[in-house]
Amino acid sequence: MAEHAAVIGIGQTKYDAKRIDVSQFGLIREAATRALEDAELGWKDIDAVVIGKAPDMFEGTMMPELFLAEALGCVGKPMLRVHTAGSVGGSTAIVAASLVQAGIHQRVLTVSYEKQSESNAMWALSIKMPFAPTMVAGAGGFFAPLIRGYIQRSGAPDDTGIRVALKDRLNALKNPYAHLKLPDVDFDMIANSPMLWDPIRYLETCPSSDGACAMVIGDEKQARRAAKPAAWIHATNMKTEPTMFAGRDQVMPRAGLECSAELYKKAGISDPRSEIDCAEIYVPFSWFEAMWMENLHFAPLNEGWKMTYEGATALGGDLPVNMSGGVLSSNAIGASGMIRFAEAAMQVRGQAGEHQVDGARRSLGHAYGGGSQYFSMWIVGDQPLA
Amino acid sequence: MSEESTAVTKLVTPVRVSYTYTPGVATGKFLRGIRRGKIIGQACDSCGRVYVPPRGACPRCASPTSQEVELAHKGTIITFCVVRVPSENIDAELPYCAASILLDGADITLFGLIQECKFDEVRIGMRVEAVWKPESEWEYNLANIVHYRPIEEPDVPYEQIKEYS
Amino acid sequence: MRDVAVVSYAQTPFVRSERARNEVEMLMPVIDEVVEKSGIERRKIGFTCSGSTDYLAGQSFSFVMAVDAVGAWPPICESHVEMDGAWALYEAWVKIQCGEVDSALVFSFGRSSMGETAETMTLQTDPYTLAPLGPDAISMAALQARAGLDRGLWSEREMAEVAVRSRRDALRNPEAQLKGEFDVDEILAEPYLVSPLRKHDCPPVSDGAAAAVIAAADVARQACEKPVWIRGIEHRLDSHQPGSRDLTLSPSTKAAGEAAGASSGRLDIAELHAPFSHQEIILKQALGLSDSVKINPSGGALAANPILTAGLARIGEASRQIVAGNGRRALAHATSGPCLQQNLVCILEGD
Repeated sequence: MAEHAAVIGIGQTKYDAKRIDVSQFGLIREAATRALEDAELGWKDIDAVVIGKAPDMFEGTMMPELFLAEALGCVGKPMLRVHTAGSVGGSTAIVAASLVQAGIHQRVLTVSYEKQSESNAMWALSIKMPFAPTMVAGAGGFFAPLIRGYIQRSGAPDDTGIRVALKDRLNALKNPYAHLKLPDVDFDMIANSPMLWDPIRYLETCPSSDGACAMVIGDEKQARRAAKPAAWIHATNMKTEPTMFAGRDQVMPRAGLECSAELYKKAGISDPRSEIDCAEIYVPFSWFEAMWMENLHFAPLNEGWKMTYEGATALGGDLPVNMSGGVLSSNAIGASGMIRFAEAAMQVRGQAGEHQVDGARRSLGHAYGGGSQYFSMWIVGDQPLA
Repeated sequence: MSEESTAVTKLVTPVRVSYTYTPGVATGKFLRGIRRGKIIGQACDSCGRVYVPPRGACPRCASPTSQEVELAHKGTIITFCVVRVPSENIDAELPYCAASILLDGADITLFGLIQECKFDEVRIGMRVEAVWKPESEWEYNLANIVHYRPIEEPDVPYEQIKEYS
Repeated sequence: MRDVAVVSYAQTPFVRSERARNEVEMLMPVIDEVVEKSGIERRKIGFTCSGSTDYLAGQSFSFVMAVDAVGAWPPICESHVEMDGAWALYEAWVKIQCGEVDSALVFSFGRSSMGETAETMTLQTDPYTLAPLGPDAISMAALQARAGLDRGLWSEREMAEVAVRSRRDALRNPEAQLKGEFDVDEILAEPYLVSPLRKHDCPPVSDGAAAAVIAAADVARQACEKPVWIRGIEHRLDSHQPGSRDLTLSPSTKAAGEAAGASSGRLDIAELHAPFSHQEIILKQALGLSDSVKINPSGGALAANPILTAGLARIGEASRQIVAGNGRRALAHATSGPCLQQNLVCILEGD
C-alpha cells in the first residue's frame, strides 16, 4: 500500500561549538537551502515541513518551530515538530518519509537542529529538582555505568573504547562538516586524555555542537526525475521502552534488538552483516559502537567489541561504521540522529567524498535516545526495494 | 572597525520561569517514609515487583503499585562510574563515585554516592549500606541518605545480579 | 486514502490544579479507559503517539516518563510531538495511511498549574526580537482583540456573549472546569484584565490529560459500534511575527478547513479551540460556519484549556457528540502558537 519514498536532497551546516555567525534562523536556512539546491528544487516546491529538535530548554525557547515558520518556508503549509529525545533526528526523517509513503505529499522538507550555545544544555539536562539530590552528571553520568555493565558482561578489553574513538576521529578528518577535528590524533592522545566519567575519557565522548541537517524526501516520480541519484528508503522503524523498570536490560535494550530485527525483515535482509554495506550509528560515547554492533545483530552477544578490534568497522573494513566521524565528532543533539540518516543516504548516493565507502549500495542509519530506550532506524539503497 | 560593519553576535535575554513541583501520590508516600528514616517501596499490583522510589506505575505492566513494602537499608552495587567532570547543579564534590544500588527487597536500582572507601575498591557486586544525616536534619528528600558505604559482607556473584544491570 | 475512525476517547476531568497526582498517575486511568472502550486489545494497537511540552513540566524530556503509563513492554512503536495532541493524532493518522499499522493510541497531558503559563508562553516568541520585549500569551491575544474591535469586526459585547454561552454550555459537561450562568451586562461591568480583555474573555489555567484510539475501517467496524469517521484532517501554519499578518484573520484555519472538506457537507457541530473569546469569532468567520452550526457544546477552551491537550479534547468532544446522536457531521479545530498561529481542522462523521 505504501508509496516509494526517497531522499533526493541533503544539506548540512558546518558543525561547531558556537555558530555565533548565524541565528537559529540562519542555521536552519543554511542546511535547508543546501538540501533544496542538492534536490534542484525551490522553496515553493515543498509541500510540507517536518522539524525535529531535542529539548527546547537547550536553547531556552519553547516550540521554536513556531517562530521559525518563515525561515522554514512553511507559512501557509503543514508543519510538524517531532521530539523523541536523542533519536529525534531519525524519527523526524521517518515522519517526513511517512508523509510521502502515505501518498499525502510529493516533496517534504525535513530539518533538525540544535543551537546549544544559545543556552546551557548541561543545566537543562540536570535541572535541580526538589525531593532528591542531583547526582547524574549529564548524559555521561547516566551512560558511564551502562558501559561498565557492558565491560563486565562481555569481558571486552579496556582499550576497545579508545580504538573506536581513534577510528571515528580519523574518519572525521575526511568530513568537511565535522566539528571536532584532531589532525594529530593517535591512540596515546586518546588514552592519555582525562577520565571524565570513569570509564569514559574526554576524547571518548562527543562534543557539544551547534548545527543543522536537512533532507528533501520525494515520491517515486520526484526521485526518477531528479538529476542526482536518489537514496531509496527501503524500510523505517521506531521502538520505545520505558526508562526504568524491574528487570530491564539497559545495556542491551530489547527495543533496539526488536527495532533492528523488524527493520531488516521489512527491507528483506536476512544476514545484516553481509547484506548491509555500511552503517552510520549513534555513538555518543565510544563504547557504544561495540554495544550497538550486538544490538543491531551485526555481532553475537558479548562479541561486538571484536568487530572494532579486528578493524571490521573501519573505513576499509567489511562493515564500515560511522564514516562521517560520527556523533563523537559532531553532536548537534537534535540533528545528530538525522545526520546519521543523511550519511547513510549520502553513501548510497555516492556523494560522501573522502569518506565514501566504495560501492555502497545499501546502508543503515540509526539513532537512539533517552535512557537507551528510544530507537529509530532506516535502511536506504541505491535502487528502490522490489 | 566601524559599528555598521560589526556583526551582532550576542544578545542576552534573562529568562526566569518558576515552577511548583509536586511529587505525585506514590512518590509522596515514599517521601513521608524518608522523612521518618524509612525506605518504603511499592509493589506492582500485577507482577509484584518492588519499585523504589515508586513513581506510581510499574512501566512493565502499566499497573499501579499500591502495596507498600519497607526495604532494608543495605544493598548491592549493580554498576557505577567515577565522575571527575564538573557539571551544573550537581550536589556532590568532585571526584565522586555514583552507583546504581539494588536495595535488598527491591527490584529496581537507585542512584547513590559511594564513600568511606577508595574509588579503586568499588566494584560490581559489592555490598553497601545507607548512611543517613542526623535525624534532626531529616526532610522530605532522598538526600537524607548522604551516601552509601561498604559493609563486611561477601560480594554478590555477578550471575545473581546480572538481570538488574 | 484509508478510512480511519475515532473509536474511543477519554479524559481526566479538567481542573485548576492536579496537585496530588503526577503525570503518570494522571494518565494511567485515562489510557486504561480509552483502550478498554476501544474494544482493541492493548498489545494489538500498532502505534502510539503523544503530544506535550517540557515547559509545562519544567524539566527536559518530560514526555519520557509518560511512557510508564502506556504499557510499553514488550517495546512499542511510538512517537512524540512537541505539539498539541491533535497533531499527535495527525501523525498517527498518517501512520495508518502508510498501511504499516491499523490502529493507534494518541494522548496528551500537562499540568499548567505547576508554572506561570501565560508568562512561560513568552518563550514561544522570536527570541531575538520579540521575547526580549516580554509579551505574554494574554497580551498577545489582547493585541489581536484590539485590532478587531478598532476595525469594528466585533464588539466587547459579542466577546462577552461567547464567554457566557461557553460557560453555560459547560454546565452540561461534567469534565469541564469553569462553568455557570453569567450575565453579559454584569461581566461587561467588570474591569479589564489586559485591555481590551476582561477575565471572562480568557481561558482558565487547567490541568488534564486526554487520549483517543483511532483505527482503520476494518478494525474500527469490528471493535466499535459507533465509529466516528475522520473525513478530512489538515493543518497549516501562519507567519509568526504579529506585525507581519492581519491578526483579525486566520488564513491557516481557512486553508486547513477548505483542504479538510469543511464546506463539502452540512455541519451540525463545531468544537473550536478558541482560548480567547474573540478568537471564536475569527475562527467562525475563517471556516465560514453558519449560525445553524452548534459551536462548542462542551464549553470549549473558555471552560477548560489544558495546554497542548485542549486541541485533542476538541476532537474527542466532537466525536462524543456524534456518538451521543447530537449531530451527524462535526468540525473539530485545534490551535497552537501566539494569536492562532497554527491551526488544524478535522472533519468527523457518524455512519
